Amino acid sequence: MRTPFIIRLLSAMPRSGWIALAVFAAITLVVMPALHLWVPESSPFHVSTYVITLGGKILCYAIVALAMDLIWGYAGILSLGHGVFFALGGYVFGMYLMRQIGTDGSYQSLLPDFMVFLDWKELPWYWGVSDSFPLTLLLVLAVPALVAYVFGYFAFRSRIKGVYFSIITQALTFAAMLLFFRNETGFGGNNGFTDFKRILGHDITSPGMRVILFSLSALVLMLTLLLSRYLVTSKFGRVLAAIRDSESRVMFMGYNPLHYKLVIWALSAMLCGIAGALYVPQVGIINPSEMSPANSIEIAIWVAVGGRGTLIGPVIGAALVNLSKSYFTVAFPEYWLFFLGALFVGVTLWLPEGVVGLWKRIKARSAA
Amino acid sequence: MSESQTLQEAWEDITPSFGHMLQPGLDTSHNVILYLEDISVSFDGFKALNKLNLTIDVGELRCIIGPNGAGKTTMMDVITGKTRPDTGTCFFGQTLDLTRMTEPQIAHAGIGRKFQKPTIFENHSVFENLELAMKTDKRAWVSLFAWLNSEGRDRISDTLKLIRLDGEADRQAGLLSHGQKQWLEIGMLLMQEPQLLLLDEPVAGMTDDETERTGELFKTLAGKHSLVVVEHDMAFIEQLGGKVTVLHEGSVLAEGNLATVQADPRVIEVYLGR
Ligand SMILES: Nc1ncnc2c1ncn2[C@@H]1O[C@H](COP(=O)(O)OP(=O)(O)OP(=O)(O)O)[C@@H](O)[C@H]1O
Ligand SMILES: [Mg+2]
Repeated sequence: MRTPFIIRLLSAMPRSGWIALAVFAAITLVVMPALHLWVPESSPFHVSTYVITLGGKILCYAIVALAMDLIWGYAGILSLGHGVFFALGGYVFGMYLMRQIGTDGSYQSLLPDFMVFLDWKELPWYWGVSDSFPLTLLLVLAVPALVAYVFGYFAFRSRIKGVYFSIITQALTFAAMLLFFRNETGFGGNNGFTDFKRILGHDITSPGMRVILFSLSALVLMLTLLLSRYLVTSKFGRVLAAIRDSESRVMFMGYNPLHYKLVIWALSAMLCGIAGALYVPQVGIINPSEMSPANSIEIAIWVAVGGRGTLIGPVIGAALVNLSKSYFTVAFPEYWLFFLGALFVGVTLWLPEGVVGLWKRIKARSAA
Repeated sequence: MSESQTLQEAWEDITPSFGHMLQPGLDTSHNVILYLEDISVSFDGFKALNKLNLTIDVGELRCIIGPNGAGKTTMMDVITGKTRPDTGTCFFGQTLDLTRMTEPQIAHAGIGRKFQKPTIFENHSVFENLELAMKTDKRAWVSLFAWLNSEGRDRISDTLKLIRLDGEADRQAGLLSHGQKQWLEIGMLLMQEPQLLLLDEPVAGMTDDETERTGELFKTLAGKHSLVVVEHDMAFIEQLGGKVTVLHEGSVLAEGNLATVQADPRVIEVYLGR
């Protein structure tokens, strides 16, 4: 007899996990939106615009961290180019946002300002579907996944592994950054896209839209977590972990690692793309610096800090590192990178399983 | 590598399902399951295998012996697709040319291998190790939705009993003793339901008692399966009692029952001359 899918999904997480998820849902989908929209600013309970925007940003980063954990923690493939998939999702959605500006730009043209500036007379062909919201959403999923699939196909097929794979992913994101820096590429050169006005005709800076984007990010994060839980507890996840531990042994059992790696790799890229598309309307800008090699390395640091191979760890890691980043870059801007580097070295040396590992150790000690 | 060959491989990667669905059933009409002829493999000019010839009959239990570096493991690498021979032919049954197949395809066709160094999945439980090995549809998208049914559970628990690990099912495999790991790997091999089993030093590191029980197990497997056992342990080979092939410097030095082979002056020289 087949076990119904819903039972499988429910059994993918222990009860405490479901309770934590419900609490998180209540806070991000109900409490925070209500406190932002309906509690007056004078009240100490008011949640400020700053908090909603920062929170939304961190939720997007947490999705990326989860996607990274799937590929690094569970498949043992360290990507140092995940920033490129995040940026691709962001750019695709940014194109839609640029088209939504309509004639409200500084040149009052139907074309985006940067195209007017370049003296272009019509939209390039690849901007073809950027007027359509549903098609844009489709591309947000398809473009990062497709780029990842093609790249992964050649890399995994040639059995490129370990540090070599990490290096070529760095090269990938660096090459993409250089490409997007060029004005002729048609994505606004080094300024990228900004000055967005509307989504589906609604003001992008209104409190209501802010809250929708924030809650949507939280919802996507929760769905990503559930999907990831399902994946890593399924047979697929066990095969993946087996590939990580001994690829050739898995092959002699009749599995083709190429397909397994490609599925998780493209899925991971797709999740990054979704995060990028949620991120851009909340921060109001996307430019090629999102593809800088350092950005992708930072993603790996979030995962390492939180604890790779634990799913919840990377979410915590993304939150911790980015909260300290927003504090540091205001308080001591010049020391942020040193702090980040020290954090990474410290975690690697003393906390190989990150914050989650530390928590487990403390719990084990208090139990003993 | 020629271009058409690359395309062929690319095609197989895209269409894994066709790859193994179109695989014809194993044709053993001449009662031969494995047939190696004139196989040579060299590493940087060093000949690990030198015109090796070997024929294994259906249901046979064959022992391979030979000094260190004789090429025993390399021979298994060739059969399982890990190493491509420079020259020679290698057939599984009458029709399957192993030199043209990938490792997963060869595994699907019915050849299972136990490595010299036990390679179980240390981070998985004993049960999960057997589950991974079980003969089933192994394509990625099938695994995404796969759920173990009661039939599969039964098969795993039968195997657990056979390898005497039924008390350890949920234990992390990395925590087993060396002998238990060897048994687990044999169990994983059996879960694949292969027709031909290649066992590279299966009793290394086992206690005498464990070794003897392994011998009993292999003897019950022979007949239903064909077995190729590489071993250094002469008492174990004597217990198995099958035909013995002596490898030396990449080719067959002698073949026959253990007593005949041990009396062969060339074999004595190879073993004493070290
Ligand atoms: N990948 C390789 N590259 C270079 N030389 C190799 C490689 N694999 C095997 N060899 C060499 O080929 C020879 C045969 O090795 P092989 O492992 O087949 O021997 P063996 O008979 O299994 O020995 P043992 O009893 O020690 O397991 C050895 O001299 C070995 O050093
Ligand atoms: Mg060997």
